[in-house]
Amino acid sequence: MTRTVTDVICPFCGTLCDDLEVVVSDDSKELYEVYNACAIGAEKFLHSQAKDRITRPRMRQEDGSWKEISYDEAIEYTARMLTDAKKPLMYGWSSTNCEAQAVGSEIGEAVGAVMDNTATVCHGTSLIAVQDIGIPSCTLGEIKNRADRILFWGCNPAHAHPRHMSRYSIFPRGFFTGKGHTGRKVIVVDPRPTDTASLADIHLQVEQGRDYELLDALRVAFKGEKLPDVVAGIPKERIYEAAETLKSGRFAIIFFGMGVTQSLGKNHNIDAAIAVTRDLNEYTKAAIMPMRGHYNVTGSGQVWGWLFGFPYAVDLSRGFARYNPGETTSNDLLRRDEVDAVFVLGSDPGAHFPFSSVKKIYNRPSVAIDPHETPTTEVCKVHVPVAFVGVEVGGCAYRMDNVPIETRKVVEPPEGMMTDEEFLKHVLARIKEIQGV
Amino acid sequence: MAEYLIKNGFVFDPVLGIKGDVADIAIKDGKIVETSAVKNPKVVDASGKTVMAGGVDVHAHVAGPKVNIGRNFRPEDKLFTYKPKSGIERMQGGFSVPTTLRTGYNYARMGYTTVMEAAMPPLYARHTHEEMRDTPILDQGAYPVFGNNWFVLEYLKNHEIENTAAYIAWLLRATKGYAVKVVNPGGTEAWGWGLNCENVNDPVPYFDITPAQIVKGLIEANEYLGLPHSMHVHANNLGNPGNYTTTLDTFKLSEGIKPNSKFGRDQVMHHTHVQFHSYGGDNWGNMESKAKDIMDYVNSHDNITIDMGQVTLDETTTMTADGPFEHHLTELNHLKWANADVELETGSGVVPYVYSPSIKVCAIQWCIGLELGLLSKDPMRTFISTDHPNAGPFIRYPRVIKWLMSQEAREQQLDAFKHKDKVIDATNLAGIDREIDLYEIAQMTRAGPAKALGLAHMYGGLAPGLEGDVVVYDFNPNEPYAPDDIEKAFQNAEYLFKTGVQIINDREIVSNGNKRTLWVNAKVNENPQVMRDVKEKFLRYYTVTLNNYEVTGHYLSNPYVIEVDATQ
Amino acid sequence: METVTLTIKNQPNLYLEADNITPDAFAGKKANEIADLYVYVGREQYRLGDFFEVSGNAGATPEETKIVVNGDLSRVKYIGMKMTGGEVVVNGNADMYVGAWMQGGKLTVNGNVDAFAGTGMKGGAIVINGNAGNYLGAAYRGDWRGMQGGKITVTGNAGSDLGTFMNGGEIVVGGDVDVHVATHAEGGKIIIKGNAKSRLGGQMVEGEIYVLGDIDVMMPGFAYREDVDVDMDGIKGRFALYEGDLGERHRKRKGQLIYAKLYQQIRA
Repeated sequence: MTRTVTDVICPFCGTLCDDLEVVVSDDSKELYEVYNACAIGAEKFLHSQAKDRITRPRMRQEDGSWKEISYDEAIEYTARMLTDAKKPLMYGWSSTNCEAQAVGSEIGEAVGAVMDNTATVCHGTSLIAVQDIGIPSCTLGEIKNRADRILFWGCNPAHAHPRHMSRYSIFPRGFFTGKGHTGRKVIVVDPRPTDTASLADIHLQVEQGRDYELLDALRVAFKGEKLPDVVAGIPKERIYEAAETLKSGRFAIIFFGMGVTQSLGKNHNIDAAIAVTRDLNEYTKAAIMPMRGHYNVTGSGQVWGWLFGFPYAVDLSRGFARYNPGETTSNDLLRRDEVDAVFVLGSDPGAHFPFSSVKKIYNRPSVAIDPHETPTTEVCKVHVPVAFVGVEVGGCAYRMDNVPIETRKVVEPPEGMMTDEEFLKHVLARIKEIQGV
Repeated sequence: MAEYLIKNGFVFDPVLGIKGDVADIAIKDGKIVETSAVKNPKVVDASGKTVMAGGVDVHAHVAGPKVNIGRNFRPEDKLFTYKPKSGIERMQGGFSVPTTLRTGYNYARMGYTTVMEAAMPPLYARHTHEEMRDTPILDQGAYPVFGNNWFVLEYLKNHEIENTAAYIAWLLRATKGYAVKVVNPGGTEAWGWGLNCENVNDPVPYFDITPAQIVKGLIEANEYLGLPHSMHVHANNLGNPGNYTTTLDTFKLSEGIKPNSKFGRDQVMHHTHVQFHSYGGDNWGNMESKAKDIMDYVNSHDNITIDMGQVTLDETTTMTADGPFEHHLTELNHLKWANADVELETGSGVVPYVYSPSIKVCAIQWCIGLELGLLSKDPMRTFISTDHPNAGPFIRYPRVIKWLMSQEAREQQLDAFKHKDKVIDATNLAGIDREIDLYEIAQMTRAGPAKALGLAHMYGGLAPGLEGDVVVYDFNPNEPYAPDDIEKAFQNAEYLFKTGVQIINDREIVSNGNKRTLWVNAKVNENPQVMRDVKEKFLRYYTVTLNNYEVTGHYLSNPYVIEVDATQ
Repeated sequence: METVTLTIKNQPNLYLEADNITPDAFAGKKANEIADLYVYVGREQYRLGDFFEVSGNAGATPEETKIVVNGDLSRVKYIGMKMTGGEVVVNGNADMYVGAWMQGGKLTVNGNVDAFAGTGMKGGAIVINGNAGNYLGAAYRGDWRGMQGGKITVTGNAGSDLGTFMNGGEIVVGGDVDVHVATHAEGGKIIIKGNAKSRLGGQMVEGEIYVLGDIDVMMPGFAYREDVDVDMDGIKGRFALYEGDLGERHRKRKGQLIYAKLYQQIRA
């Protein structure tokens, strides 16, 4: 017999939908169906049932093959690796719960690690911009209930955050937005004609790498100053038109993604977009929000924020927290050979980092904590599989608008498999023994 | 559990009425006991030193989403002010917005043991609790905000007090909150459209209810429930020259209402950081202190309590649920501005601010806060605060105590103002020679706040039966001292006990304690209408489901529930 | 002036954090005491003497102290950090944070420097006879108070993010620069003798930029005003004057809006 678990939180992307329904066996050992999720979210749950899952830790042998080891051996290897290193990198943290992030932080403090999360290749530049200029923002419900001018800049939610537009940004009929999408105007800024752009009232195909100039032009337009005939490949008439469209709304929101966070200028692009939002508040209500990728990268930033004061790239090696992207960020540390061990949990740098960085991980003592086999696990010396957060163990996660939601356990993990939190607690205890504290 | 005997100290306790006499204080099993009840105590020699109950802070922004925005968006607040980990202390960072670990340790070092988080946005309650859980040593609670909440606005428009009360009870339980907090009533909802409510009769766009109706209705609902604390308000028009009239209008909403509380409080309204609400004049050029008018009212109405909101003349970070005010501030100083509006509930803003002694307005603000304290006729109703971190970081409380206790220290600061003469013309401080004494300080920082919170049965004094929260300061009030000696002593407690556990020994932190989170569980009669309204709003307007809203379980590592029966 | 000479003898396997190589840390110390000052590699603490040969004694004060550092210092960070006076000469390439938060004195590098040199500089002089990395003379993350005073001279090229949030002082680059020059600046003067790419003066409130070479893409917020003659500090010629950033806020003095100024040399 089966039962249905309702109000399930999807542990995939920053949209953090919490209205999923999951059908499981009565004894909670098998998962059968997922309702209301997008295709990616559904697969997140369903693929936990794969029969060929790695269920035990394994260690790379001299001849390149994998050999199964016990959790105890994995804990020992990890603890030794971290205590032997002078400056280990502890990276990832974006696909796990806050409880694990907190234990990981204690480990980082104990061994003087650099703690970094996936923002380092994604919205870290947004965080830098916020540190320079602030951020007028809101929760997603404010968009649903009030916003009538929606601007997607450098992001493609149709693909990357599939239910975003239907749950929050374009289609919902909220308290003050009873007309749904017919009462909203949509602008998309993207060099490509994407699926999201096909929904737009205005699509500005900005010249690649010139978003900063276009944002500056919008601000010039707001102030009523003269523009050059063409900026970033966009004729000035269309820039003035976009400016008026935004100003004429009751509530304008800008959503943005890697099209601007990781293209030329990076944090400056976001800085300029936030400046545009600030300026808009002189004419109407305006807010801006980053489209966070991993479902709990935001949580990692929050946990480190209240423990250390910084949201990513936190260097704990001197016994206190220091921060400076360009120095304390993972790819810079790896590029410069500044770290001597790599611990990865809840993300896949093997897939997302430049190949030159991945080679550095391969050439160092390295451990990957991940339920999956990934390009990262392939280059690490030890791979420890753990339960899926949000599927096989609960725990807190933070949505892209910083709202914290408690994920649920809907099904049992494979027999004998640890959770991130359990594994980390064992590692912390072993480290304390080794250090004699 | 351990027994302690703190011997021979100069005790200042408004609960027992001890005004500096030498007395012994005994702790056993987590509580204060009669000295005869301890058999084999560890003795702490407090001769020549000051002994008080642990401090109680009614209002500080120390845990939650806007506090964390303040941390994450100000790396420069951490630069060179870190404290490396040592002993049992974990690493600490942040000057005006300390990390949670630093918050716990720094309050403890000042002898404070209970700190209430001033504003918790209900949708983000989980975050506030996570931060409180990671704040060591201190007992804490958090105040959910109600003054811009759509349920409250709709019920109070029709003066539906019982429904409002039922909703309050439900929300306190769902968020594990402590009291009814009101910030810029109506104005932060107006800010959802970029607007504001600047006085108590300014109607909220669409909801068409006035701030006066909101405040009055919430006072009535609070008394209907008989909650431990009173309605706690940050009135409209904060920070604007001439705003003292709005403050008096807000105070007057409490007239004629008597407290209905089994928890011993006498007030029906606590107005917070009143310094920011005591301005005369009508522009920054002629802005002046109206502290006299404000305190005339407070002194003659004993159903009100206030806290000062003292400016400390530091570079700090302002953060408040008064979203429109923060936007106004960033337009003034052009510094980075973060804003976070919360669906159906509230909003917030965060902006760094430098209170410079060379700026006339900052100096006037500094005077006003102290005037409020010095003009108070009842220190049991006037509390010390800096609205941390808005007017200054809480680590300056000892400096505020010094200024209140020493006219010499105040004159020293007045002399250092660039526009001293203009400042004196616009304020009353230079003419006040009162010096608050230690007993009154204990009233303003211990007994008064505890009573106002409805927690006099636990904190604020040294009577047997109260929690074993005791501090010893290396300060001898009977020997000659310089004003700075006060600040030095109160900055670094010699000994501290929290719930009977020794936290500080010889100025070293020796334990991370066992903090508790206080919350109020108010039982009301079944109210099907409110439950239906709640279900409907979650279905149609919120972006999380009703079943995912309530904060449960492990978020409170050590919950302490205060039960209230409001079913009569 | 007393001189202390450091010659690197062992390279760290990671990076050396040498925040003690400053006249302020050395002042009043003899060679053996200097050798005992701490350095860090990751979380491990060592002595300066573990990595450097140390000879000579320091002066009684920072002003009377000169430090010469020899060798390949491309893995040594923080040389000259926060110095208030005296002189430091680096004969080799140095890593990050050279002269960061400097308040006074003179720091010369005969080689290249990595990122964050002169971060938050308040006074003094930094001369780099080589290339500089990114964030030269920039503010620390989040600080709206960037370079306040002093002068940075680079004979070679500089990287991106030059002079962000600059408030005062002067930066002279002999060669080319990368993107984002004087972003968010509210004062100060930057001279680029080579070529620039794009994003000069983005969100700039006030200050001056001089470019002798090419600019690939001009910010739309900078409007051409007129041609002017310039004659200062060895720079002489006809320049096109642009004012901006028109999208940004600007202050008024005597009723007039004060813009940032960008001068580009007009070459035949």
